[in-house]
Amino acid sequence: MKRKDIEYTTVSEVAGPLMIVEGVKDVAYNEVVKIRTSYGEERTGQVLEAFENKAVVQVFEGTRGLDTKNTSARFIGETMKLGVSKDMVGRVFDGTGNPLDNAPPIIPEERRDVNGDPINPCAREYPREFIQTGISTIDGLNTLVRGQKLPIFSGSGLPHNELAAQIARQAKVLGKEEKFAVVFCAMGITSEEANLFIKDFENTGALERTVMFLNLADDPTIERIILPRMALTCAEYLAFDLNMHVLVILTDMTNYAESLREIAAAREEVPGRRGYPGYMYTDLAMNYERAGRIKGKKGSITQIPMLTMPDDDITHPIPDLTGYITEGQIVLERGLHKKSIYPPIAVLPCLSRLMDRGIGKDKTREDHAGVSNQLYAAYAEGCDLRDLVAIVGEDALSDRDRKFLQFADEFEKRFVSQGNHEDRSIEQTLTIAWELLSGLPVSELKKIDETYIKKYLPPVKEEK
Amino acid sequence: MSEIVGKIVRISGPVIEADNMRGSKMYDVVRVGDENLIGEIIRLNEDIATVQVYEDTNGLKPGEKVISTLEPLSVELGPGLITNIYDGIQRPLPAINKQTGDFIARGVEAHALDRKKKWHFKPTAKPKDKVQGCDAIGEVQESTIILHKIIVPPDIQGTLLSIEKEGDYTVEDDIAVVATDKGDVKLRMLQRWPVRKARPVAEKYDPSLALITGQRVIDTFFPIAKGGTAAIPGGFGTGKTVILHQLAKWSDAQIIVYVGCGERGNEMTDVLREFPELEDPITHEPLMNRTVLIANTSNMPVAARDASVYTGITIAEYYRDMGYDVALMADSTSRWAEAMREISGRLEEMPGEEGYPAYLASRLAEFYERAGRVKLLGSKNKEGSVSVMGAVSPPGGDFSEPVSQNTLRIVKVFWALDADLADKRHFPSINWLKSYSLYLEEVSDWWEKTVGKDWLKLRNRAMALLQKESELQEIVKLVGPDALPPRERGLLESARMIRENYLQQSAFHEVDTYCPGKKQYEMLRLMLKFSDKIQEAVEKNVHIDDIISIKSRETLARTGTVPNEEFEKRFKSLEQEMENEFNSLIKERVK
Repeated sequence: MKRKDIEYTTVSEVAGPLMIVEGVKDVAYNEVVKIRTSYGEERTGQVLEAFENKAVVQVFEGTRGLDTKNTSARFIGETMKLGVSKDMVGRVFDGTGNPLDNAPPIIPEERRDVNGDPINPCAREYPREFIQTGISTIDGLNTLVRGQKLPIFSGSGLPHNELAAQIARQAKVLGKEEKFAVVFCAMGITSEEANLFIKDFENTGALERTVMFLNLADDPTIERIILPRMALTCAEYLAFDLNMHVLVILTDMTNYAESLREIAAAREEVPGRRGYPGYMYTDLAMNYERAGRIKGKKGSITQIPMLTMPDDDITHPIPDLTGYITEGQIVLERGLHKKSIYPPIAVLPCLSRLMDRGIGKDKTREDHAGVSNQLYAAYAEGCDLRDLVAIVGEDALSDRDRKFLQFADEFEKRFVSQGNHEDRSIEQTLTIAWELLSGLPVSELKKIDETYIKKYLPPVKEEK
Repeated sequence: MSEIVGKIVRISGPVIEADNMRGSKMYDVVRVGDENLIGEIIRLNEDIATVQVYEDTNGLKPGEKVISTLEPLSVELGPGLITNIYDGIQRPLPAINKQTGDFIARGVEAHALDRKKKWHFKPTAKPKDKVQGCDAIGEVQESTIILHKIIVPPDIQGTLLSIEKEGDYTVEDDIAVVATDKGDVKLRMLQRWPVRKARPVAEKYDPSLALITGQRVIDTFFPIAKGGTAAIPGGFGTGKTVILHQLAKWSDAQIIVYVGCGERGNEMTDVLREFPELEDPITHEPLMNRTVLIANTSNMPVAARDASVYTGITIAEYYRDMGYDVALMADSTSRWAEAMREISGRLEEMPGEEGYPAYLASRLAEFYERAGRVKLLGSKNKEGSVSVMGAVSPPGGDFSEPVSQNTLRIVKVFWALDADLADKRHFPSINWLKSYSLYLEEVSDWWEKTVGKDWLKLRNRAMALLQKESELQEIVKLVGPDALPPRERGLLESARMIRENYLQQSAFHEVDTYCPGKKQYEMLRLMLKFSDKIQEAVEKNVHIDDIISIKSRETLARTGTVPNEEFEKRFKSLEQEMENEFNSLIKERVK
């Protein structure tokens, strides 16, 4: 009998998502385990800790119904792999890589380890191709480029799904028609939320270019650990083997982190902040860092992970560690949402680290950098003044300050706010920006080069 | 000693246990499993050795062999380091790229220094010379700007028996023989040194020379000295990495060692792409020609992250031993601490604060203590320095966490990054009220001698002005700016000028990115003069709004972007213009 056919019925302990099998031989670290319950149901697991004669196994579909008498385990001799093929595009898969759409399983061209290998920093191409999302606050102020990982930090009840769908719908690189695909990875979201995406993709015809990996709210939580790895393995294949530009949407990373914590707790590990394991940074990085471009390869992976900040707290470990790994963040704010501003993007804490290389002459427009900095500085000052006005009243302000205050309001109304289906070109975005800036004294536009002020500032309306 | 071969009995992530390892020593390097993964022994218990593995352990099985190399983790030192990029255990990434493609596979072996490349060696010592550790016996032009001195390893002392003639040699060719007490020793250009052991020095001096970085807020307000230590803590998005990149680009050290420890892959790519194109302001050669990069990005194995800072500092010390001023940037030390925490957790050690191991403080202290301006070993009484700048990434931007606190207890310069400033796009977002530098007195000598006699006075005046501003802001929050007397409003205007146009500096503007010392001094002088003039005008009842609208104020605000070649001329005319404008304002008022 081959080793991989041996069925061990020596399960000695089941606790939380973990199961311990005794008396095993030659078990490899991270090896995949097929488990059969006493009812004959099959589940998948993975070796978390390997000893000479014992293995700690994490069970993906949950441990309900497992026992220490009849449950058997078979070690299949390889680590978690995903069969990849170009036929995956347009299909839906579950957390173990099986199709969910009633169509036959795909015939893999290759089987790949879902953990992937790190991209050699020498082989990386620096991302600098501007992606126009049609959303002013992103294009104008926090530009997304191909190969970037830019998360959306949201809170429960905020329209982050609509925003992500809008980005997926509108994102394009100007002046180019290229093969692209969307990889959508849903971890623990409700079927309602998942449907929103599916419908939206259907309506725009994007569904046939989309690969979906679904683990809904009622699916086993442990599968969420493996789901983004599957999605990214598929994305890597599409991008770097099939030369596609892939947009990966990961939602919701908060659920992913919760599962991580669950396993850590079950293993009785020393907890780090708020009970999350100390290796959460590394673990998240293993997923996020799989975005990028590679020299000499046409394709790219752009990631938009979404997460709900527990209690809107940006210092919570999940957004905090994410922000340390990703190349910026888009932050949604409840206050703006309450003012009916869509998308409720709180501009000040947002950032795109790769923006500087993706904008400017020949990419967007020569004045882009200056305008963006100026908008930020002016809006920040306007917001500060709002706090002040709350105490001393508007009358105590100087003329100059009043203009900044007005600017902040106009900025939210005209620049931040836009329709769910409004696709603004970068030109339109910059035009609105200049109109807003024209309300400020020219001498205050210190962040913009003088030549651009001459060229782009609309003529000042004469005050009566 | 006979070979030690053990076998794996337990695997848990990057930590494995191996049986039958008696005889191996702590921190010895071992090869793990059939794929020969590299690991290091971190605990011994009778026959069982616990090993942290520097590569991914997926698929490893209990029963596979573990072979001890009986040597501690060491780096290769010699010509070929400059312009190269290494992972945490000094494997050259370009060579790995050639071997295994775009992704880093496991079990790859590559020599840190190219064994085939021939270097042109020129002897500078002759037979019968007495030599000791760190004495140069020859030199190699390593890059256009770096003359690599071939130095005697620190632990060797004796008489030079023979030395090769000028010519081309590989790093493994024997180039000299030294007669020592323990017999003849052959020297090659290549030497090895264990990373966890500091290279010895004769004496440590107090740092007293300024390390000029071309960053106004750093050089003027919170300077670092050559051989000094600095910490840059800040939440995400506050610009730690941009500041470290700026320091790596413009510091007037001769050698830069940049350690990317558990950070983003694209950031290293950025350095690799940008540094060969940028020009060093002093030598006008590409910056890459003085730079060594260590990249252990966040998705590379966590144990190698721990090694990366040691690899970096050992290379820095090696160049220091040639008499160079070396600056090392570590981004980020928090990721290193987290690597320690992860390994410690796997060892089931008793955790200290927030799960970090109890030895966190001593490890950090040990690392920063390897910085310094020193008298080198060797007979020539030469000097060298290693300056260390470490980024810290406190969770939630809260500086009360263990890594920040333990770092602050050691370093002499604290550049506190502020998320509020970053949100307002005030960059570099170094908070001028919280930051400090203990080198101010030491470096003021240099500034006063070479730049301007009243440098320290100007600096302290500007600092006091900013301090006063923050006090006034508290009042403004309650009563509004209009309620302040004109004198105070004048102060606010002067402080705003310094804050927005002196402290802020654009890293992405081709001129503003580097501000020479003299220009910094002149800018500050002009801005303080502007402040004096405002007070003078206010005394004469000139209205503050009239002052704000003068033209030279706008010109003064843009002084950062005046090209470095013409600033002296342009500043002079600006000063004149400012005086004229103020005089006419005052004259009008008096009429």
